[in-house]
Amino acid sequence: MSLELSSVKADLDAFCGAPLAARGTGFDTVWTVPAAQAHGALERLKSRHGFNMLADLTCVDLQGFGKETGAPSPAPAGARFKLVYRLSALDPATGLLNARLALDAWVDGDAGPVSAGDLFPCADWLEREVWDMFGVSFSDRPDITRILMYPEFVGHPLRKDYPIKKRQPLIGPPDGPPRERLTEADLRPRIVE
Amino acid sequence: MEQDLSAPGIMTSQLDAAIGWARKYSIFQYPFVTACCGMEFMSVACSHYDIDRFGAGFPRFSPRQADVLMVVGTISHKIAPVLRRIYDQMAAPKWVVAFGVCTCTGGFYDNYSTVQGIDTILPVDLYIPGCPPRPETVLEGLMLLQKKIQAQGRRA
Repeated sequence: MSLELSSVKADLDAFCGAPLAARGTGFDTVWTVPAAQAHGALERLKSRHGFNMLADLTCVDLQGFGKETGAPSPAPAGARFKLVYRLSALDPATGLLNARLALDAWVDGDAGPVSAGDLFPCADWLEREVWDMFGVSFSDRPDITRILMYPEFVGHPLRKDYPIKKRQPLIGPPDGPPRERLTEADLRPRIVE
Repeated sequence: MEQDLSAPGIMTSQLDAAIGWARKYSIFQYPFVTACCGMEFMSVACSHYDIDRFGAGFPRFSPRQADVLMVVGTISHKIAPVLRRIYDQMAAPKWVVAFGVCTCTGGFYDNYSTVQGIDTILPVDLYIPGCPPRPETVLEGLMLLQKKIQAQGRRA
């Protein structure tokens, strides 16, 4: 690894005005940035430190974390969603991986930070997926659309409070007429006359 | 029907059987393959199990030319309207085979994105359970379907 993460960390600490919480080492380094400064941090990492690839942008819902085990939630008070930006620094000459870094950003409610689409065009689809699955919005994308689910879908299926048995009424009424159909007891083909 | 049909040259009672016989051994199938059951479908279709022994070896990738819609693999809500349109484009007489447990009931994909059985959107003639079904199971089901076709039975 030819990139020194400690100097990058010092620069980012100065940018954010406070030392960032860090965990992991080497390629598994994770820093926690305030959501409001996530875009600025990404821009700085891209322009000054060679993190030229957004490998992934995803979200974590920590509602009810530790409800059964009693483990303390890593979420700050009131926060529920965490955005995770995964960055790679690829060597422009060789294309080899110089460094890898993840940024955590705790989101206030479900109102996310500004879009990173101007820095990394691939963020467009990733943000649409985050919106589709978790309902975390991005402040400068008011008309964001779903990417995986169909437009008629109501709700955000990867939220912890999305009912696991919930059915969407796209295909017929849920209380339609009973159908002749296979059950778990059927092990052989069945023909319907 | 008090007419005397015993005159020479009239064979009305045999025509249905002849048409049924011709249809059941010349199934043109439309393979709607979306998931891992497709692997098992390939082994049925290839020479080890050789679905062509039953006259069903000819896949047509146009629904206009197909008699049997083989729905092979998980159907999500997003692809469901496409499947329904393909079914509507097929000319009658047509039959639908639900191949694998995902198409029969949704299988273990009991979640927000999967159609819980294609019989919620199409009339299904033959259910073949299994995850995925053995080729022998598919051939047994195919023989049941041929029996139904011979008897001129159909749902659409």
